Amino acid sequence: MNRKLLGAALLAMATLLFNPAWASDAPAVDRTATGGAQTLEDIMARQQQLKMDESFRSENLGNPANAKPITEQLGTRGGVSDSDVWRGIRYNQSDIKTQARGPGADVLIQDGGMPWYKLREGPMITYGGGALLGIILLLVVFYFVRGKIMIDGGPSGTKIERFKAIERFGHWLLAGSFIALALTGLITLMGRSFLIPVIGHEAYSTLAVGSKWLHNNVAWAFMLGLVMTFVMWVAHNIPNKLDWQWIKAGGGIFTKSHPSSKKFNAGQKIIFWTVMLLGVSVSLSGLSLLFPFEMPMFAGTFSVINSVIGTDFPTALTPHEEMQYANIWHSIVAFAMMVAIIAHIYIGSVGMEGAFDAMGNGQVDREWARQHHDLWVEEVEAKQGKGGSS
Amino acid sequence: MKVMAAAFVVALVIAFCAPVVLNQFGWSSAEQGSSTSVRLD
Ligand code: HEM
Repeated sequence: MNRKLLGAALLAMATLLFNPAWASDAPAVDRTATGGAQTLEDIMARQQQLKMDESFRSENLGNPANAKPITEQLGTRGGVSDSDVWRGIRYNQSDIKTQARGPGADVLIQDGGMPWYKLREGPMITYGGGALLGIILLLVVFYFVRGKIMIDGGPSGTKIERFKAIERFGHWLLAGSFIALALTGLITLMGRSFLIPVIGHEAYSTLAVGSKWLHNNVAWAFMLGLVMTFVMWVAHNIPNKLDWQWIKAGGGIFTKSHPSSKKFNAGQKIIFWTVMLLGVSVSLSGLSLLFPFEMPMFAGTFSVINSVIGTDFPTALTPHEEMQYANIWHSIVAFAMMVAIIAHIYIGSVGMEGAFDAMGNGQVDREWARQHHDLWVEEVEAKQGKGGSS
Repeated sequence: MKVMAAAFVVALVIAFCAPVVLNQFGWSSAEQGSSTSVRLD
């Protein structure tokens, strides 16, 4: 898989989905007939989701100094009309005092809710779910075309230690929690569409509450697993010239050759960095969701992105919008990870003879190791020759 | 395989401990969803 392509596709998707700059501009509207108030054209333009200059509304908040006294005809209470007051609330210009406390409490009306909801129930499920089915289909096809990758000439019968217990522990902490997170996350995202119609509201309610509990709490194990595996394996995952050879040979997957490799080949390094980078991103956006309104990060991120690549992402976000972006981003990253991980699980289990042992009991067949990680075997043997261990 | 099982168990132990620890820092997951988190003052 090409990590650059994945990144570009993700960014393109994110941009297309949220960037209002992509909407075409609404034609200028003449509002003299309404005295500056909204016209039918304005309403139609909004329905067509054209990008419009809202200042005729957002800045039209009434001026108590010009208001007619309440005793006169059309006199307004407090000097501003009801419409003025509602516009003030709608554009967050009013000085709101609420009994409820918290960063989100003072925003009484915000626009993002419906677009967020529709994005989450619609494209998120369609493209995300589609990507999962797509990779599964691809792997099934791969299995039938290429078959299981076997050890040429069969296993040698002698073993060599590939991963220590602590490494396998870190891997399974990461993997176990990730699979729990993926399943409970999918239940949360897709339950309303796919589970409620089948199992009903009551059963789904129990499932949803349980999923939420597990998802929120097992996330800490995932973060720990991420840190552990990063620390233990990063040194073996620094890209080098050999990786380029490996990629040019396509990993030998179709030519049935065995390009040279040290402990991790280029394909594994791609998995490693995908897991680490996306893992950090999914963790950060997850923390932002776990502690609502306490850790907003999108306004800041957007302003950095804007200044670097000149995009037009919004940088003034209400607390709720921050949460909506965190939610959508969390899902996009999670789907990207799931796609990569499904392929990883395939190759680490049914896809390749002898691979699972590396994480199963830590001992791999020497012949498997020679074929897939020849230079690593040489290193280990050289060390053992000197009386050291792997 | 023992290591794998141990890691899964530890993942669950962490999950059960997480809300308890967060509670110590004054963040209650039970309170998040309840109406008592809305303070009237
Ligand atoms: C049932 C699920 C899984 C199986 C069977 C599995 C299997 C394996 C195996 C056999 C290896 C060692 C490969 C080698 O010897 O070179 C490995 C490595 C690794 N696994 Fe997994 N794994 C699973 C799930 C996961 C998950 C969910 C993640 C992360 C979220 C993950 C992340 C990694 C990473 C980063 C490596 C090191 C790089 C690599 O070898 O690609 N694994 N896995």
